[in-house]
This record gives sequence, C-alpha cells and structure tokens, in this order.
Amino acid sequence: MSRAALVIFTVVLVSGMMGVIAYALPEFGAPDAPNRNEVFERYVLDTVKDTGAVNSVTAVVFDYRAFDTLGEATVLFTAAAATASVLSHRRRDRGA
Amino acid sequence: MDDDVILNEVATRVVPMIHVFGIYIIVHGHLSPGGGFAGGTVIGIGMVLFVLVFGIRAARRLIPEDTLIALTTLGPLWYAGTGLVGMALGHQFLANANAGLPLGNPGALLSGGLIPVITLGVGASVALTVAVLFLVIVEED
Repeated sequence: MSRAALVIFTVVLVSGMMGVIAYALPEFGAPDAPNRNEVFERYVLDTVKDTGAVNSVTAVVFDYRAFDTLGEATVLFTAAAATASVLSHRRRDRGA
Repeated sequence: MDDDVILNEVATRVVPMIHVFGIYIIVHGHLSPGGGFAGGTVIGIGMVLFVLVFGIRAARRLIPEDTLIALTTLGPLWYAGTGLVGMALGHQFLANANAGLPLGNPGALLSGGLIPVITLGVGASVALTVAVLFLVIVEED
C-alpha cells in the first residue's frame, strides 16, 4: 500500500469513527444526559450555600478545587522563574 | 517609534483602561465570568502593550526587571498564605466556609469568604508572569 493510500485510509477511518461516536452522544443539554449526575446537582444547587459565590465556575476553581488551583499558580510561577533564570539579559551581559 | 504621536497618545489613554478593566475582572471574579486567570492576563497584556509602545527602557525605569521577578513570587505565596488561614482556625488547608469564615451576602462584592482574596493573589501572579515572560524574552532595540 502506498503512503498516500495509507494516510487517506487512516483519515477516513478516524473521522468515520468520530462521526459515529458524535452521533451516539446525547443531545446537548438533554435532561437525561449522563453528566447530569449528583456532582452536577451538588455544584449547581449548593454553590451559593457552600461558598457564598454567585459564579459557580469560580466557586469550583477557587473553593472546591482550591488546592488544584494552587498547583496551577505554581506551574505559572515555575514557568516564569525558569524563563527568567535562563534568558535574563543581566546574566547574558555578565557572561559575555 | 518614540516620536509616533498617535501611538503614544492612544497608548497613554488605553493602557490605564486595560489595567482598570483587568482589576475589575479580578475583583468581580466570584460574581461574573472571569476571575484571577482572565483578569491577570488582561493586566499582563496591558504591560506588554506599554513595553511595545514606550520601549523596554521606559518599562525598566518604571519597574526594574529584578523587582518584577521578585514580585512574581508574591502571588503563589499569597495564595498559600491564604490557605494557612483555614489551618490557623483549626481546619484543612484552604478551608473556606468549613472554617467558619463569613460568606457575606451572595452577590455582594465582599462575599464568598476567601475566594476574592485568593483571586487577588492569582491575578497578581498571572499578570506578573505574563510581563516577566515578555520582558525577559524581548530583545533590546
């Protein structure tokens, strides 16, 4: 099988599989979709009572999952610290 | 670049507005879409615009690069220190309502216990990270 035929076969196979899967997904916002479980209900119904925040996305990110967000902030800080330590102009001038 | 009147005048007026809008997004993180990450990015992009228009020397005169890098550490420290408040009250790390902190009136600017406090730290961290990444990578003109 030539390379082009292999590429076309793979693309058709993968996109066909994705099409079938997308067709099998529940309708957007369907009341009986599997993502409407107890987690969904807990966050939607109890956010204001639990956290006092009106924005439930912020309530999840900064209250329910606050420890996870601390990790994200640390990742950002690590990126800045690594970039600054490697690429700082001052260091380059001193080394030259 | 330095004597481009239109660019200078527009940037002089737009940069403060971008920063105020970023602060607005951060402070209203628990009330409306946005929060620390989005608002911090807006403030950081405002700083990038300042550097692009007025040059990196003006930015370094305003805040030296080392000071900026040192300030970047304050964001995560502020966040972690906020978490210690819950521990000091005898609860888990980053505990909010469980630790008995006042939640305020839902919808008010000062509500949600520690959420606005944490958001401030994340916003400062993200804004300074964007600025540091840009300032360190950008070449001298």
